[in-house]
Amino acid sequence: MQHLVTALITMLIGVGGAMAYFYGTNVALDRIFPEKGSDGLKASRNLRRANAIRPWLFMLPAIVILAVYLVYPVIDSIWLSFHDKSGEYYVGLFNYRWLLRDGEFRESLLNNFLWLLIVPTLSTFFGLVIAALADRIWWGNIAKSLVFMPMAISFVGASVIWKFIYDFRPTGSSQIGLLNAVVVAFGGQPHAWMTIPFWNNIFLMVILIWIQTGFAMVILSAALRSISDETIEAAVIDGASGLQIFFKIMVPQIWGTIAVVWTTITILVLKVFDIVLAMTNGQWDTQVLANLMFEWMFRGGGDFGRGATIALVIMVLVVPIMIWNIRNARKEMEGR
Amino acid sequence: MFASSLRRSPLTLVVHLSVLLLVVVWTIPTFGLFVSSIRDKDQIAVSGWWTALASSSHNEVFRTPDLAKATERNGKFVLSGNVFGDGSGSISNFGDSIMKPRAYAPGATAKMRRGGTLTIAKNGDYTIALDDKPAADAGSARIFYTALVPPKFTLANYREVLTSEGIGQSFLNSLTVAVPATIIPILIAAYAAYALAWMRFPGRTLLIAVVVGLLVVPLQMSLIPLLKLYNDIGRTFGVPAQTYVGVWLAHTGFGLPLAIYLLRNYIAGLPREIMESARVDGASDFDIFLKIILPLSFPALASFAIFQFLWTWNDLLVALVFLGTGNDKLVLTARLVNLLGSRGNNWEILTASAFVTIIVPLIVFFSLQRFLVRGLLAGSVKGG
Repeated sequence: MQHLVTALITMLIGVGGAMAYFYGTNVALDRIFPEKGSDGLKASRNLRRANAIRPWLFMLPAIVILAVYLVYPVIDSIWLSFHDKSGEYYVGLFNYRWLLRDGEFRESLLNNFLWLLIVPTLSTFFGLVIAALADRIWWGNIAKSLVFMPMAISFVGASVIWKFIYDFRPTGSSQIGLLNAVVVAFGGQPHAWMTIPFWNNIFLMVILIWIQTGFAMVILSAALRSISDETIEAAVIDGASGLQIFFKIMVPQIWGTIAVVWTTITILVLKVFDIVLAMTNGQWDTQVLANLMFEWMFRGGGDFGRGATIALVIMVLVVPIMIWNIRNARKEMEGR
Repeated sequence: MFASSLRRSPLTLVVHLSVLLLVVVWTIPTFGLFVSSIRDKDQIAVSGWWTALASSSHNEVFRTPDLAKATERNGKFVLSGNVFGDGSGSISNFGDSIMKPRAYAPGATAKMRRGGTLTIAKNGDYTIALDDKPAADAGSARIFYTALVPPKFTLANYREVLTSEGIGQSFLNSLTVAVPATIIPILIAAYAAYALAWMRFPGRTLLIAVVVGLLVVPLQMSLIPLLKLYNDIGRTFGVPAQTYVGVWLAHTGFGLPLAIYLLRNYIAGLPREIMESARVDGASDFDIFLKIILPLSFPALASFAIFQFLWTWNDLLVALVFLGTGNDKLVLTARLVNLLGSRGNNWEILTASAFVTIIVPLIVFFSLQRFLVRGLLAGSVKGG
């Protein structure tokens, strides 16, 4: 009960503080530059000044927070990557040289590459298939809703769900994990899936594919619906089959959307952390960059230099997508 | 047209079946978790959740009360009772030695090694008849049996995790993190979005480009510099470095680019006439924002709110780094990771805890799915 009260009070202070800022600064602005009460010339000058300041008042919290929480860290990380674990002594390129020679880093990079190859591909593929099929049946919306559901589940929750599926009991005792039960039912041997190098990576990826397919499906489903009927009608008249229509008429028209889905999932995959931490914590050759970075943050009292260097690697991998996004946004703004 | 032409084809059945298959594959994991979380903990450990409705068989050992308590009847010394205690379950086999625990069928009479007989009825009633009066220090006898236990569903797992495993406390912590971390960025982003959409000032286009660029900055980038910053602030001002305020602001920072982007797109699409007529009537920007923009932007605000709530509720990394791993500050996801380590084989605890963790997002998801879909579409199809 006491926790509940503390929690409520903390929440009220947080939200109230943010509201008070906006209200308070605007009242103050109106006080300093009053529009009424003085002669016309002064009033219009005050109005102009207030209007020049107001946008910045509106944006100040956002700018400050973005600067502190996203821009400054990028700069500081670059600085830290040239320094030792405490961040005090300059060590030149030591962290980068260490990174190139570190076996665990190479393993992570390779695994991340695998993740990048497999997860966006399969999520987009399954999403597209379900979107295309579900639009043709009367219970399609229910089906889509159920496939979409894992999106709401945390990575850790999903990990527990799947760890239960991958659970292993020695040969002979009854299996309580679904996967081993199926394998045994077909006459196979049960395995401790998480400890089989290479394949365990795939089993971890299954979790993320399970989560992200719903996202791909929702977006691709909307894109499929926006395809104009005329092109499809023309194809039907020309005698194209259902599959031909799908692959030769519909898919080419939504390439742009597929690319957006792909890149969005790619960014997510680069940051994958919770699943690996919860399932294997990087053991049995499943390490990934984000988890490695987290480990170095706290390993041996925390090595900020190496951690920051690994974070920069993730950042560099994202930059091409960032540039592509900004270009697209520019184009769209000009069109408006 | 296309859809109707396919409806007539024999392929329709294939479509139905493949969608059904995919839906089953996608829902079964969560369903299995839910079923397991309400099963009896002994049953979870020995049989798969898909057998939840069937009886399960256990090999058990029962220790009788002290044999010295046997009462004399017809020249024998008799001790009787029920191995199940409450009488639920049924015996399929029994035996009196660990070497042959399944030697006898229920109702049969077993010869005991210490002299005498043992009988167990199907319902668990046992009778031991000893030939000689047992010595005062005879101790108890062991009965080995295989029991078929009927399916048992219970909320005991939930009671346990909510009270003794700290899930209840973590639930409150998660709420304390997620609610302000959802509202604060909306407030801040809405003002900024309005300014970026409808107010004229130098540097506007550049700021928008910066926001779009920051959309994809990986969170990992910010962890170390911010942790350092928080530690410095904590040391300088003598306050704890890991506070809820710190987490709220971190979540605000990481959610802000998407919030500004989504809201700006929406607000920029509102009709210009409304704002101009309000301005003619003498309303200030502040009034316009509060009384016109905010109510009109409700759908976009709701979309982002759902996103941000799901994201902050489900987040593990930010909470681990900025709230720490102290027992009283663990959010649900962090607690779950802890339990995976410490109670890795207690599936009754893991499944119930996991279900508590995902129930709030699932409710939000199913009740507000429309807004979520709209937000997703606005966030990615429009060039994001």
